[in-house]
Amino acid sequence: MTYVGDVAALARKDLLLELRAKETLPSMVLFVLAALTIFHFALPRGAGHHAALGLLWAALIFTALLGLTRAFVAEREQGMFDALILAPCDRSAIWLGKTIAVFAFLVCAEIVALPAFAAFFSGIDGRTIAAVALADVGICTVGTLFGAMAVAGRARELLLPLLFLPVAIPIVIGGVGGYLWFLALYDALFGVLAWAAFEYVVAEV
Amino acid sequence: MRRTFVENRVAALGGLAVVLTAAALALIIFYVPNDADQGFSQRIFYFHVPIALTSYACFGWGAWKALRVLWKRDEHADVESYVAIHQGVVFGALTLITGSIWARASWGVWWSWGENQLVLFLVLFLFYCAYFMLRFSLEPGRSRANMSAVYALFGVVLIPVSFLAIRLSQKFIHPVVFNAHGPQMSGSQFLTFCVSLAAMLSLFAALYHVELAGKRLDSHLRELRELLT
Repeated sequence: MTYVGDVAALARKDLLLELRAKETLPSMVLFVLAALTIFHFALPRGAGHHAALGLLWAALIFTALLGLTRAFVAEREQGMFDALILAPCDRSAIWLGKTIAVFAFLVCAEIVALPAFAAFFSGIDGRTIAAVALADVGICTVGTLFGAMAVAGRARELLLPLLFLPVAIPIVIGGVGGYLWFLALYDALFGVLAWAAFEYVVAEV
Repeated sequence: MRRTFVENRVAALGGLAVVLTAAALALIIFYVPNDADQGFSQRIFYFHVPIALTSYACFGWGAWKALRVLWKRDEHADVESYVAIHQGVVFGALTLITGSIWARASWGVWWSWGENQLVLFLVLFLFYCAYFMLRFSLEPGRSRANMSAVYALFGVVLIPVSFLAIRLSQKFIHPVVFNAHGPQMSGSQFLTFCVSLAAMLSLFAALYHVELAGKRLDSHLRELRELLT
């Protein structure tokens, strides 16, 4: 099979699993809606558009974290990692397939979250939607790599937020400021790094 | 023969660090003129900035060793990378503390989000603390060496990216000492700065070799114990 074929097969596997089990996506959607509700009451009355927009970014990062924590659960609990590593495909294809699947979940959750945000708070503009789309790429590429690292450790679910949040700070800064070029730069830099590094993370599990 | 060389190197580096730190202190207290704007308190600059630069050097050195772990499969590089990052976190914490004291003295607040370097060090501090969490949550071995190395390499990419991000978000004006026209310092200030920087770098080198010698002794002892049982 070609590289693209491998990636498509791996992504399809994750999407099919989700379609049958319906574990990750409903919890992400519920989480983001609950978070937005909490933020409504956390914000003082009459807080401006910028305050709400900042909280949207916090909600999105934590929602993504929820999806990323779940990303490698099947691999871990059912010993699928060994099988995947034995499969005759490039290791980075595993990463790319997983990244695409997580990206799909995140986008689905945001299709609910962004209109909900627009309805609950003060509307949303095209620039924010573009920034969210670009940020999703960065979140998923880096988050999937760190997710694979976190499941190897003893602390597991506890570890991923610790590993991921410091790296996500630039995404929040770029997203809140609406610096699309910066987010694109982030995606390119960390995307290539994660793609190149994944092989070493799963090399000797 | 090799052992005496290593012991001598640690002693020599330690001695150098002590002499240079004493010289830097003397220069800072007695030699350098008061800052026209901030007065005596500005002198913390001669410790704050060299400590920060040393911390970058530690992280850079750690990442270089991490690269060797992945690239050359160098077994010794793993512990070297860890020790360098450990020292980097110590110097990073010192940067946060001295920066905070300086912010208090010159702006009257303990923390200023407008100070780029301070915020950057907070991000790096969080990032490299997670490095230890990752490392201590994994079983020792090849896999841990690889993952720690990958995370350490993410760190050196995160430094410029975070710096750019924080610069984009800045509100206050941070005193810029180094710009495109070279250092904005007089001769005596620059001399003190250089001595202080050399002092901090040699301190890092000395601590690095001390900790490394300890770690090596530790693993050597463990091997001997395993042989005995």
